[in-house]
Amino acid sequence: MDFLKEFLCFLRTRKKYWLIPLILILLLFSLLIVLTQGSALAPFIYSIF
Amino acid sequence: MKAIIGISAYYHDSAAILLIDGCIVAAAQEERFTRKKHDSSFPKHAIAYVLQEAGLDGKDISYVAFYEKPFIKFERLLETYHAFAPKGLQSFVKAIPVWIKDKLYMKRILKKELETFGICSKILFPEHHLSHAASAFYPSPYEEAVVLTVDGVGEWATTTICRGNKETITLLRELQFPHSLGLLYSAFTYYCGFRVNSGEYKLMGLAPYGMLSERTLQYISLIKDFLVDIREDGSFLLNMDYFDYATGLKMTNNRKWTKLFGLPPRKPEGELTQEYMDMAYAIQQVTEEILLKLVATAKQLSGCENLVMAGGVALNCVANGKIQRSGLFENYYIQPAAGDAGGAIGAAFAVWHIYLQEKRTCEKPDGMSGAYLGPSFSDKDIRNMIRKAGAVAKRLDDVALYDKTAVLLDKGFIVGWFQGCMEFGPRALGNRSILADPRNTDMQKKLNLKIKYRESFRPFAPTVLEEDVARYFELDVPSPYMLLVAEIKPEYRLAVPDDYNDFSYFEKLYYHRSVLQAITHVDFTGRVQTVTELSNFRYYALLKAFKELTGCSVLVNTSFNVRGEPIVCTPEDAYTCFMSTEIDFLVLGNWFFCKNDQPKENIKEINKELID
Repeated sequence: MDFLKEFLCFLRTRKKYWLIPLILILLLFSLLIVLTQGSALAPFIYSIF
Repeated sequence: MKAIIGISAYYHDSAAILLIDGCIVAAAQEERFTRKKHDSSFPKHAIAYVLQEAGLDGKDISYVAFYEKPFIKFERLLETYHAFAPKGLQSFVKAIPVWIKDKLYMKRILKKELETFGICSKILFPEHHLSHAASAFYPSPYEEAVVLTVDGVGEWATTTICRGNKETITLLRELQFPHSLGLLYSAFTYYCGFRVNSGEYKLMGLAPYGMLSERTLQYISLIKDFLVDIREDGSFLLNMDYFDYATGLKMTNNRKWTKLFGLPPRKPEGELTQEYMDMAYAIQQVTEEILLKLVATAKQLSGCENLVMAGGVALNCVANGKIQRSGLFENYYIQPAAGDAGGAIGAAFAVWHIYLQEKRTCEKPDGMSGAYLGPSFSDKDIRNMIRKAGAVAKRLDDVALYDKTAVLLDKGFIVGWFQGCMEFGPRALGNRSILADPRNTDMQKKLNLKIKYRESFRPFAPTVLEEDVARYFELDVPSPYMLLVAEIKPEYRLAVPDDYNDFSYFEKLYYHRSVLQAITHVDFTGRVQTVTELSNFRYYALLKAFKELTGCSVLVNTSFNVRGEPIVCTPEDAYTCFMSTEIDFLVLGNWFFCKNDQPKENIKEINKELID
């Protein structure tokens, strides 16, 4: 949570709001990679690609 | 008491320093403890050392300063990949996961590492170039100065001009990535077959072998027409069509460079032909041109009489010598640890003076204590090492030690000299040095091939008594940190044929061109260190003893290590280096070691993997 607060503050200070979608997509992919390691989600990911 | 730890880590040259009430108490680079050159890991050994040196616990630390802002670095990466897309996908896929997994959480990682020392204080993140600027300005003896920082890249900035006045540093001009003088020089370092981030000074040493020929002039022309657009104020734009480092995995677009220069990239350890030497000469000329223009702009913007410099490019001592001789500034100071290790110093100072708004006291000659900030070892430590290694040594009193060492140096022997506190920064300054007689005509070859195991073109640097510097060199200012290159005085040069400049590499290398042959580079210059009684009492005493014996107050001073290895830190490191090279004698404190007396089983084979 501290990290998220600081990161959002950083984006606000630097006015780099346009980076938000890019970072969200990267985080989403990271989350998928973590969650699909040997889980029920793996076939779902497999079928996308 | 306010104690601040400054840290640089995770890119290259990790280091830690301890600042107590605005004074540097201790500093060390992590590589010296781990024995891994340019170690970038968290500097836990260096932190342990600085705490122990000051007799502090983790709970005594008020603040921790990390030398750059990781979020802004991440922003630069994302914006660069976005700007160059779809180019750079391969690099993107490699780099971003490291950031998402680790580097974005730098504060948490640092907190966790620091907690192992019991350090729970606030962590602050000055910007990279502010850390460099602070490392140059705050320890300098000037209340007011203009600050020039030039390096590869920090977050966005690659070059900055600031004004420093008492406690404040104000940014005046900034150049941003990808337009970087440091990266331009590194690109040529790579193309000439040396390692990026560690081979730049080899390129600088190679440059004087270049000939001022039509080809060299053509190279300079090609660099300025196709690679870099230099403006009158020293700012410049790089033509990114020729460089890969923004989004690629190499420094240069090799296909375009080969077509431009008519020369393929040199393989590491490949043959060094005249073309590469000319290329080194050409890029050195262009670098000097840019730096001199930047310095002129700094003067024009500030009107100051004092210039201070830091950033990796400030280690280009040939350029520094030209800046000093330009006369643009009355006074000139360069942070001895001008690279990223020095960022740790600047970060701590930035917290002290900018965040905490503490007043400055300008120390004379400076606040770096001669850069002798690392660990020292007692007589007892050395005795213990001797016992443990089964070494053979004799203890001498000071005068006998200086006299005996001077006699041996005069006879042409090579002496490992280990005294006092270890130096902070890339140079050995007489506490972790290998010393030799500069008048010896074979010494350069012997040192390169039998001691340092490095390329034969590499020159050696002199140390001279400060009161005698103007006798031997075209230099009339102190140079305590070996950061200025100056010409040897004509009376110490020997006559060379008119076509000397057209000689081949080997002909130039071994031509007897100077009375001080071992420290005279092929262009009659030397990278000078001046020593006073105040700056280094024991080294000064040795130089005096050598002068009394021989009339010469100059010694060859090269760092106490073999190629590929960091400078030695402990007596054990020094003894290991002594026993794995052809160093003839070793002096550790007051203990004197003769190679022939050592047990045969202590002779070590060089670890060839260390040799880069």
